[in-house]
Formats: sequence, structure tokens, C-alpha cells
Amino acid sequence: MTRLLTPRTLIIIAGLIFGILAAFMVDWGNPSNMGICIACFLRDISGGLGLHRAGVVQYLRPEIMGLALGAFASALSFREFRARGGSAPIVRFLLGAFVMIGALVFLGCPVRAVLRLAGGDLNGITALAGVVVGAGVGILFLKRGFNLGRSTKTYTAAGWIMPVLMLGILLLAIFMPYFIFESESGPGSMHAALWISLVVGLGVGVMAQRTRMCFVGGWRDLIMVRDTYLFSAIAAFFIGAIIVNAALGYLDWGFTGQPVAHDNHLWNFLGMALLGLACTLLGGCPLRNLILSGEGDIDAGVTVLGLIAGAAIAHNFATTASPTGIGDFSVVAVIVGLVFCLSVGFLMREKIA
Amino acid sequence: MIEVDVRGFSCPIPVVRTKKAIEDNPGTPVTVLVETAVSKENVSRLAQSRGYSVDVEEVEDGFRIILSPSSK
Repeated sequence: MTRLLTPRTLIIIAGLIFGILAAFMVDWGNPSNMGICIACFLRDISGGLGLHRAGVVQYLRPEIMGLALGAFASALSFREFRARGGSAPIVRFLLGAFVMIGALVFLGCPVRAVLRLAGGDLNGITALAGVVVGAGVGILFLKRGFNLGRSTKTYTAAGWIMPVLMLGILLLAIFMPYFIFESESGPGSMHAALWISLVVGLGVGVMAQRTRMCFVGGWRDLIMVRDTYLFSAIAAFFIGAIIVNAALGYLDWGFTGQPVAHDNHLWNFLGMALLGLACTLLGGCPLRNLILSGEGDIDAGVTVLGLIAGAAIAHNFATTASPTGIGDFSVVAVIVGLVFCLSVGFLMREKIA
Repeated sequence: MIEVDVRGFSCPIPVVRTKKAIEDNPGTPVTVLVETAVSKENVSRLAQSRGYSVDVEEVEDGFRIILSPSSK
């Protein structure tokens, strides 16, 4: 019996369930091909808190709080909660911001890229190609001795900050004081019931904490060490989502006219290459950083704050794309981001003995 | 005995360092010190895929992983 529940089968089951839930979330109210998107949802939270004023993408998405709190509960119950930090926090903050800037040029994180493809949006292929190329460049840096330095153990209370902050945002989402923004139209106005979003977030949070699933790490390990463990979650997620999308009649193949998407191939590719590189330098995708922030990793917490800040910058500075195409400053922002990431990769190396 | 101390490094540095150590020292036992359960799993998986047997000892502040090349 125990032979059946190897880590490999568990991560495949978790990936499948995640994919199925992500597709159903659209049926339950979330935007099309956006059942779950870590970048989009953090961006909506950034808007809900009033950090940017893009009126159509403001909502305190309970999935995010659920994911972090699910990971927190899971880490505590499996005795894996460890407060730690101090590995180049400001670099991580900025890498997080550029991950978000890259994601918002494509309009999705590596989770939504797979989800978009599973809904028939072929721009997902360009995006995933970008993630893979970005991760490939990151691997070259890793092989040359790049790292962001060691973290050290810190006060348990410090590790609790992100979970408590997430609980606070959840309370804001429940009680909706008047200073919180909520979209009346557009993607931000489309959402499942709060309790559904929260329960799905909590469940996926526990599964992601246990299996360590990572939507950039999967591609990275495939290339770097020919290890398919993390990749099997991505593949299972795709299969789960495409089956549900087919069953619900959501499958619509093509590049154009896709929901919350545009088809500028060059900048979809480069935006996600920026994301793939930044995530590889960070050691994980937005989902993975969110999960780690619930496990006491305060560097991952700083990264999540960087993602939220990045969303504010992206909308305030017109670097985000929209369904009509890329933004006025998307090109500049992606180039600046790539220069930053390449500088980090070249300059932050130590010689491996 | 080769020792790789990757305590405090986050994913994927422990794997990168372990990979380099076993590639630079074929046929030699390697000891890896890691801090988190995640790193322990990742390093163990890499070593097993490269034909090493893996022994894990729980130590203060993490794990000591002893990788021994198979006798073949």
C-alpha cells in the first residue's frame, strides 16, 4: 500500500487535483483561463489595497491568503516550520518585482501559462518557451557559482509575520472596510465566492507545501539534472485542467481573441524569459515563494512583497499589457529587468572550490 | 572524504553543489550538510539517480547526508 504513495505519485495526484480545481474555479466565477494565477491574484490584491489604481483589477483574492495559510498550517503540523532569512533580501525584493513586471507583460504567471494552454490559448506555448529559455540562462549562472548567499535561523516571531499579514488581508477581504478597492467591471469583478476561493487556496497550499511543487523549478530540474519530479506536477496540472476545460466546453484553440490575453509573440516570450530568469535566480516561481513565505522563510516573504510592489509599479508606470496589446512602457521595463537580472547573475558569484 | 556544507542555501544551490562534488570526485563518498527537509529530499533524489546509496542522519540544525558510490 505504502508503495503506491511514493513522493512521485503524491505530486502527480496533487498536480492533477490542482489543475482540476483551477479549471473549475472559472466555472465558479473566476476570470476565464484564470482559475488560479499567482501573479494576477497578487496584482489584484495590490489593487485592492489601493497600491495601484487600475480599476478593473482590484480584489483581495482569498486564494492567495489560503495558499500561504495552508502552507503555514501544513508546515506547522509536519514540523517543517523554520524561521530563517537574511539571504540578500533587497535583491530578492527587486527580483520579485521584475518577476511580476515580466508576468504582467504576458498576463500570467507560469501557472496561468499552463492553464491558458489547457484552455486552448496557444500563446501559452510562447510563454512557456520564454520560461524555459529564461530558466536555461539562470542555470548557466548557477553553474558558474551564482547564489544569493546563505540564510540564517532567526526569531520564530519573524517567521510568523507573513502568515499574520495574510490573515490580516483575509480579514480585510471579509470585512471590506471602505478604504479597500473592489472592481465593478473587468477581471477583478469576476470571482468565486470568498469561502470557495479560501478553501481551494488552503487545500492547494497544503498540497504545494507537502510536494514542493514549483512551476519554474519543474522546467529547471528537467534541464539541469534531468529530474522529472517537479515537472510531473506541471504535466499533471495541465492534464487535469484540459480534461475539465474540455468537459465544461471551455476549450477554444487559437492565438487570437483569447480571454485576458494578447498575441504579441515577441514580448510574451521576452516577458516570460525575464520571469524564468528571475525565478531561477530566486529559486522558485511565485507560487513556490508564496508557499515558502508560509513556512517561515522570510526571504520568500520579502519576495512576495516584491511581487506585490512590482504589480503596483507595473500598473502605475504603464508597463502592463492588456487584451489590446503590450503597454506603452512594457518594452523598456522588460529590458531594464533583463539588465538587472543579468547583472545579479554575473556579479553575485562565488568560486566553488 | 569530501564534505559539502550547503546549510542555509536555498533551492537549488544544494543540488548544484552536490552535483559538482560528485562529478568532480567520481567513485568517492561525499558527505553533504543541509538545513531543510526540502534540501535533504532534493540532494537524496539527485544522488540516487546517479547511483549513490544515501544515508541520512538527523543532526542539530539539519541533516548530514552520506552518499556512497555503489560498489559496481
